[in-house]
Amino acid sequence: MKESISFRLNGKPIHLDVDGDRTLLWVLRTDLGLTGTKFGCGESLCGACTVVVGKEAVRSCQVPVKAVRGKDVTTIEGLEQNGKLHPLQEAFADTGGLQCGFCTPGMIMNAFALLLKTPKPTRSQIRAGMEDNLCRCAAHHRIVQAIERVSTLARGVS
Amino acid sequence: MTDDPSTFAAPPLLSAGRSLDRRDFIRLLGGGIIVLFNANLSDLMGQEARTRGYPTDFNAYLRIAGDGRVTIYSGKIEMGQGVVTSLAQMAADELSVSLDSIDMVMGDTALCPFDMGTYGSMSTRFFGPALRAAAAEAKAVLLTLASEHLKTPPDALRVQDGVVFLASDRTIRVAFGQLAKGQKIVRKLDGKAVTKSVSEFRVMGRPEKRRDARVKVTGKAQYAGDIRLPGMLYAKILRPPAHGAALKSVDTSAAARLPGVVVVNEGGIVAALHPDPEAAEKALALIKADFDAPKPAFDDKTVFAHLLSVAGEGEEREKKGDLAEGEERSVSLFEGKYVNGYGAHAPIETHTALARLEGGTMTVWSSTQTPFPNQQAIAQAIGFAKENVRVITPFVGGGFGGKSAGLQAIEAAKLAKLTGKPVQVCWSRAEEFFLDSFRPAAVVSIRSGIDGAGRICLWDYQVYAAGSRSAEQFYDVPNNLIRTYGRWGSDTPKMHLFATGPWRAPGANINVFARESQIDTMAAKAKVDPLTFRLNNTSDKRMRRVLETVAERFGWKKAAAPSSRGVGVACGIDAGTYVALMAEVRVDAATGSVKVGRIVCAQDMGVVINPDGAKMQMEGCIMMGLGYTLSEEVRFNGGQILTRNFDTYEVPRFSGMPEIETVLVKNDELTPQGGGEPAIVPVGAVVANAIFDATGARLFEMPMTAGRVKKAVVAVSRKPST
Repeated sequence: MKESISFRLNGKPIHLDVDGDRTLLWVLRTDLGLTGTKFGCGESLCGACTVVVGKEAVRSCQVPVKAVRGKDVTTIEGLEQNGKLHPLQEAFADTGGLQCGFCTPGMIMNAFALLLKTPKPTRSQIRAGMEDNLCRCAAHHRIVQAIERVSTLARGVS
Repeated sequence: MTDDPSTFAAPPLLSAGRSLDRRDFIRLLGGGIIVLFNANLSDLMGQEARTRGYPTDFNAYLRIAGDGRVTIYSGKIEMGQGVVTSLAQMAADELSVSLDSIDMVMGDTALCPFDMGTYGSMSTRFFGPALRAAAAEAKAVLLTLASEHLKTPPDALRVQDGVVFLASDRTIRVAFGQLAKGQKIVRKLDGKAVTKSVSEFRVMGRPEKRRDARVKVTGKAQYAGDIRLPGMLYAKILRPPAHGAALKSVDTSAAARLPGVVVVNEGGIVAALHPDPEAAEKALALIKADFDAPKPAFDDKTVFAHLLSVAGEGEEREKKGDLAEGEERSVSLFEGKYVNGYGAHAPIETHTALARLEGGTMTVWSSTQTPFPNQQAIAQAIGFAKENVRVITPFVGGGFGGKSAGLQAIEAAKLAKLTGKPVQVCWSRAEEFFLDSFRPAAVVSIRSGIDGAGRICLWDYQVYAAGSRSAEQFYDVPNNLIRTYGRWGSDTPKMHLFATGPWRAPGANINVFARESQIDTMAAKAKVDPLTFRLNNTSDKRMRRVLETVAERFGWKKAAAPSSRGVGVACGIDAGTYVALMAEVRVDAATGSVKVGRIVCAQDMGVVINPDGAKMQMEGCIMMGLGYTLSEEVRFNGGQILTRNFDTYEVPRFSGMPEIETVLVKNDELTPQGGGEPAIVPVGAVVANAIFDATGARLFEMPMTAGRVKKAVVAVSRKPST
């Protein structure tokens, strides 16, 4: 059943007429053409589809689009501001915290939410916070370095 | 919306609609300075190219255009290994242009000459030298043109950042673009071009940031599943419950009644399609199907006995001395049998393809390591001439050897042909595990012996299903024999119930696990420190150097194992690269869980093109290697694959990340060797040896799960001490 759903997406109001039971992941990837958010496993086991709702990292493959009604949704496409990369994006690129790049948007969004909650995480907090995001190229080492680099920046993440 | 891919420029090769010889090809090329080169010199590659109707005497080219930009056309692909950066570095350095002026056009069958594919750590080793020579040749052509243009002998000229100038007066100058403008000079590389020596490197050898990093951190990088076409449908395909199961009956009527659903039951495919992939999935769930499944022949526990029973005749290699004599000289004999089950590639991007039929041409965007073989397979499957099939490879979200068969691209093309609509096939995670070409389960059996001086005098090595990669002997053993039974491919009948294939360093991981475990067992019996034992038994200079280097960086303190410290060493050779690892582990005897605290890696890979990229690959190898070592295992019962997602297929996570240190051992006398695979091959052994050092328990099966470690530790503690 189609229903009317409004929320904020990457800072802008958005209005959809969709079946509210469809997942946020596929509404983003098909109707909205935001393909930065990836499908990886379909069961919230890999984190490739991570987006941020409010201040929480969520697995968009498990979230019905009606659940974000009235909320703030941030995807990887929403981090860059006026052509300037977000510090996390800069840090992932600089440290080489990516290889094939497929898990990268989910990694960055998960780290974004982690730093919103814990601006100065310890290394073990970073590991624990990133635990359920999988990187098959095994760039873990540099992903941790990238997040540490941002967390030591004076201004933090937001 | 994303960029419309239909705006791709008209493909010069396809527009011909027929086979091309070199003359046709050159006619179709634009202007500029063009150097054709061939990186695959083997006969096999040549034959492959001939059967596909492409020019056979080159498989890549570079062009310097009138605007000074340099474009490299190659059928290789980027899947995370970093060749878009390292190959561009090579060309930029040889041409003396900035890295920014290089563009790479890769993996597009319409725009690039035939290439077999991207695998086996070959891009840098074989493609690299040819690319460098081509760039050097182009520079020589440009220098000749500049010499005419500036009316100066070439040796009075210098080149920097794409500008040729007089050595004595920098204001007298001409840019590459100016020289290339209006020209059409085509050279075929004849092998005479002189490339730079290491001391002349400006861009090579310099750590360089990934050129694809920006598009990947912003989500703009396009993978096959990210291409959107008007009117496209997403297909979900009916799969059997097990390999070997035959479809008895199928009822698609309930699925067909759903609004907007297109059902296909033709040509061996039963599928539900819809503009929304989730609606297609719901429709698929409504398709009722009955299958006849064969009785399971073996499972993940009984597979090893099965492999031995079907192995057939062995193939002998590296025969040296006499095994009987070796046995006679041995004061201690050792027998070890090492096993490892099937392994999945499990890239985070599942196999995906989008196919569109337009104007008689089938265009397929495919996540593949082998676009040209895919093109051929698609053409065959849909009954098209291969000239009428174009495969485009966007970024590939991980391959590791698993993205070669291209079944998903064939499925998408068949469905696009049947429905007349663009069709995307994106495998679910369960399909990815079901249809993967696994790293084969394998068995290695070793009989070895040492003499009274602690020298290895017997090495009788038999490997089943894995092949001999990295089993080559580098210890000084007078009586040596390696026998291989079955290969890692699926060419031994009845060996495997499902597809098998290359997996990051195919076969090498079990071979090095077995050899280096056996070496450690002998060292322990001789009560010799395992590093010293290795150094005492090899005169191979490159191996000694990586061992000594890793020991120094690790801070290795000599002691015979088990020393209860939990440290281990292992080494190996793969793709021409020498690598040694040392590790420190903690074993929880109560649970059997193993925590790897630190791994140090020393690697000699010849000349290093991009040290940062090389280190990234080493770190990735070590971290990924911990997966096959400790947790990754495909569970199956006959043709039924029980492993369906990441909850049961446990790939490495952040909590398992050790401290990793990597050292590149300088060896500029040797051309660049493989970098994407070598450091993964000793990971199993270094962990097994460290577990032995910690507990006295020897593990013979990978993955070394907590359950297996606990069992081994308990068995040791029950043995009366000697």
